[in-house]
Amino acid sequence: MQRIGVFVCHCGSNIAATVDVKKVVEMVQMEPGVVHAEDYQYMCSEAGQAKIAAAIHEKNLTGIVVCSCSPRMHETTFRTAAERAGLNPYMVEIANLREHCSWIHKDMEEATKKAVILARAAIAKVNLNTPLKPGESLVTKRALVIGGGIAGIQTAIDIADAGYEVDIVEKTPSIGGRMSQLDKTFPTLDCSACILTPKMVEAASHEKITIYTYSEVDKVSGFVGDFTVDIRKKARSVDATKCTGCGVCQEKCPSKKAPSEFNRGLNTRSAIYTPFAQAIPNVPVIDRDACMKFQTGKCGVCEKVCQAGAIDYTQKDEIVTQKYGAIVVATGFDTIKLDNYDEYAYSQSKDVITSLELERIMNAAGPTKGHLERLSDGKHPHEIVFIQCVGSRCSDDRGKSYCSKICCMYTAKHAMLIRDKYPDVNVTVFYIDVRTPGKNFDEFYRRAVEEYGVNYIKGQVGKVIPQPDGKLLVQGSDLLDNKQILKEADMVVLATAIEPEASVRKIATMLTASIDTNNFLTEAHPKLRPVESPTAGVFLSGVCQGPKDIPETVAQAGAAAVKAIGLLAKDKLMTNPCTAKADELMCNGCSTCANVCPYGAISYEEKEINDHGIREVRRVAVVNNALCQGCGACTVACPSGSMDLQGFSNRQIIAEVDAICR
Amino acid sequence: MSHANNQAEKIKAISGVNPLKCMKCGKCSATCPAFNEMDIKPHQFVSYVQNGDIEALANSKSLWKCLSCFACVERCPRDVQPGRLIDAARQIVVRTKGQTGLAPEEIPELLDSEVPQQLLVSAFRRYRR
Ligand SMILES: Cc1cc2nc3c(=O)[nH]c(=O)nc-3n(C[C@H](O)[C@H](O)[C@H](O)COP(=O)(O)OP(=O)(O)OC[C@H]3O[C@@H](n4cnc5c(N)ncnc54)[C@H](O)[C@@H]3O)c2cc1C
Ligand code: SF4
Ligand code: SF4
Ligand code: SF4
Ligand code: SF4
Repeated sequence: MQRIGVFVCHCGSNIAATVDVKKVVEMVQMEPGVVHAEDYQYMCSEAGQAKIAAAIHEKNLTGIVVCSCSPRMHETTFRTAAERAGLNPYMVEIANLREHCSWIHKDMEEATKKAVILARAAIAKVNLNTPLKPGESLVTKRALVIGGGIAGIQTAIDIADAGYEVDIVEKTPSIGGRMSQLDKTFPTLDCSACILTPKMVEAASHEKITIYTYSEVDKVSGFVGDFTVDIRKKARSVDATKCTGCGVCQEKCPSKKAPSEFNRGLNTRSAIYTPFAQAIPNVPVIDRDACMKFQTGKCGVCEKVCQAGAIDYTQKDEIVTQKYGAIVVATGFDTIKLDNYDEYAYSQSKDVITSLELERIMNAAGPTKGHLERLSDGKHPHEIVFIQCVGSRCSDDRGKSYCSKICCMYTAKHAMLIRDKYPDVNVTVFYIDVRTPGKNFDEFYRRAVEEYGVNYIKGQVGKVIPQPDGKLLVQGSDLLDNKQILKEADMVVLATAIEPEASVRKIATMLTASIDTNNFLTEAHPKLRPVESPTAGVFLSGVCQGPKDIPETVAQAGAAAVKAIGLLAKDKLMTNPCTAKADELMCNGCSTCANVCPYGAISYEEKEINDHGIREVRRVAVVNNALCQGCGACTVACPSGSMDLQGFSNRQIIAEVDAICR
Repeated sequence: MSHANNQAEKIKAISGVNPLKCMKCGKCSATCPAFNEMDIKPHQFVSYVQNGDIEALANSKSLWKCLSCFACVERCPRDVQPGRLIDAARQIVVRTKGQTGLAPEEIPELLDSEVPQQLLVSAFRRYRR
C-alpha cells in the first residue's frame, strides 16, 4: 500500500477564491492510501516545497499529489522537489485545480466538488504508480538553422561563436531574406544593406558555419539531441567550386524575361542569375524553366562565355544527410496576396503598389534605380496616398485577424523618406490607429508629422478608383472631421499584411512542431518559453513565430541561439521514461503497433518465451526507448492489450476514470 | 430594462449585428455612396446602437437616405454589417404600432430612382391593430 501525501495550493487567490481548499484537504483524507494532507498559499514557493519535503520525511510518503496549477506549469518543479527529498520523481502527480477548475468555474460549491474529484483521480493513479528511471541519449553537437534571413543568420552566428558547428539551409539562391530587399530601416534610417551585408559575410566566412543555399529540408527523423536530416541541394547548374562570380554569364544570357523575385516581379532578370549584386554566395543558378538550353536545347551561351568552365547543365539535385542535436526554424514571412481586396485596385493599376514593392522602387539597385516614379508611365508623382492595415486586423474571412505590427512604422518611414528626398510630393496616410510601441518609435512617427509634414488622416479607405487620365481616386473616411474624402493620387501604397512563409507548414509537419491557425509556429509557453517549440530540440527565430521588426527579430534570434547552445552543451540527455513497453507474454507479434508508431520506435525480435511453463520461440514487439516519444498510439492499436505506456498504464487511466465516476 | 435599451436589443436581434465587433475604422463610411446625404454616418450607426441612442437613429435622415446597397456590409473588415442596423431601425419605425403605413396613392410622388425597394416594401406594412 502506498503512503500518499496531498498538498493543496491556494495559488494566492487563483484557486482559493473559487475552491474551498480546506474542504478539499478534509475530503481527500478519506481516500485510500492518503496519510497526510495540507494546504498552503503558494506550494511552488520555497516554503511550500519545504513543506512537501518535510512531509515526505516525517510521514515516510511513497507518493504525493499536488493540487495546483497545470502540470505544464509546475510538474517539473514539484518532481524536482520530491526527488531532492528522496522520492522517485515519477511518484508525483498533479491535480490541475486552476486551469481545469477554479479559472473556469464561478460557483464555489460546484468548483469544490470538482476539485475533490480531480484530486481523487490523481490519488487513484498514484496508488498504482511505480518508480521510473529515465534513460540517457547522446547529443550531436551540431545545429541546423532553416531559413537564412536576418533571424537565421543571427542565430547561426551566435551558436557558431559558442563553438558549435551550424548549417544554414536557405531555399533561395542567397541568404539575406526580406531584409536584403529593404532600402532603409526604421527607426534609425540606416541603409539595410550596410548593416545586413557584413552579417552575411560574417556568417559565410565563419569556420563553424556551412551554408546550403538553393536548398531545402526534405526529411527529418530522430528526436532531441539526435535528429537526422536530409537536405536537398537543388541543382544550380553551376559548379560552385569553379565559379568566380564574374557575372559574365548573367550579362550575356539572351533569356531575360523571367520576373525578378527579388524585385517582386517589378522587372525581369536573366535565366542564369544571382538575386542581387551582394548575394552570398556569389554563385549564380540557372532557372531551368526560363533557360532556353533546358527548354529548347538551343543556346548554351553561358557555357561558352564562362572563363572558369563552371556551367554544368548535367548537375542533379543532391541529398546531404546530416545529424543534428538542435534545429532552429527561421523561415520568416511573405506579404499576403491581394486578390481579396480588389476595392484597392491593386490588380487594376500599376500605380497601386505594396509597401515591399515601394522598398524596391526606393532602392538604388531596384527596378527604377531608386527614382520615385509611377510604374505605369514613369512620371514623377505629386500626390501619394498610403493605406495602412490592408488585410490586417480583419475578422472576416478575407484577411488576417492579427496586427502585422511593422507596417505603422515602415509607413512612417516611407512617408518621411519621400518627403525628405522629394519635398514637392504630398504624402497622405490613412490610418485606423498608429501603433508605435517601441524604443524611439513614437518619436519617429511624430517626426513624420511634425517635421516632414506628412498628412495623417484617421479613417480607412473604402475604395481606390483608377481614372481614365491615369490618376487614382481615393475614397476614404476622415473620422475626426466626420467627412468622406475624395482624393486624387498619383500613387497608392498598401501596407499589406504579412503572413508566415507558405512552406512553414511542410517544415512544421516534418518537425512535428505545432503551428497556430495563422500558420505562425507555436511557442512552448507564450510568456515563459517564447523561443522554444513544444517539440523538444526545436527552437523558433524571427517572424516565423509572429510579426516582428528587425531589432526584435535579432533579439529573439539570439535567445533561440542561447537555448540551442544550452542543449548542445550537454553530453547526454535524460530521456522520458514514460515510454511504451510490450508485455511479452501477451504479444502475438502481429505488427499492428509498428505500423502506427509515427517515430519508428518498434521492432520485433524472435525470443524464447516461458509462458506458464511452456517454452517456445515467439515473435514479440520491442520498443526502442530512445525513439519512443510516449504518444501512446501503439497502446490503443494493440489488439492483444500487450502494449502499455509506462507511467500512463491502462490500469492507471481506468483507476482515474473510476475515481471520477465513483 | 429601460426603453432605450430595449430598442437597442431589438435592433441587434433583428439585424443580428454585434456592435462590439466594430473597431471604428470608418471603412463603411468611406465606402457609402449616400454619405453626404446622411446626418448620422454609417460608422456612427454602430456606436449609436452600442450606446443605446436609438431615438436619434430613428429620427435621423439617414434612415431614409441609406440605399441598402450594402457596400458597407461588403467592405467592413470586422464583419459588423452596419447596413443591417439601419435596416433594422427602419423596420422598427415603420412597424411601430399605431403608426400609419404608406398608402398606395402616396407612392407615385415618393417614387424616384433613388428610393430603395426595401424601404417601399417595409413602408407598406401597416401596424394598426
Ligand atoms: C515593407 C517592409 C518594410 C520593412 N521595414 C523594416 C524596417 O525599416 N525596420 C525593421 O526593423 N523592420 C522592417 N521590416 C521587417 C523585417 O523585414 C523583418 O523583421 C525581418 O525581415 C524578419 O527576418 P526573418 O529572418 O525572421 O524573416 P525573413 O527575412 O523572411 O527571412 C526568412 C528566410 O527564410 C527563407 N526560407 C523560408 N522558407 C524556407 C524553407 N522552407 N526552407 C529554407 N529556407 C526558407 C526565406 O527564403 C528567407 O531567406 C519591414 C518589412 C516589410 C514587409
Ligand atoms: S544556357 Fe540558359 S542560362 Fe545559359 S545563357 Fe543560355 S539561356 Fe541563359
Ligand atoms: S502595424 Fe499599424 S498598419 Fe500594420 S496592421 Fe498594425 S495597426 Fe495596421
Ligand atoms: S508510444 Fe508507441 S507509437 Fe508512440 S512513439 Fe512510443 S512506441 Fe511509437
Ligand atoms: S467598417 Fe466595420 S469596423 Fe469599420 S467602422 Fe464601419 S462597422 Fe466599424
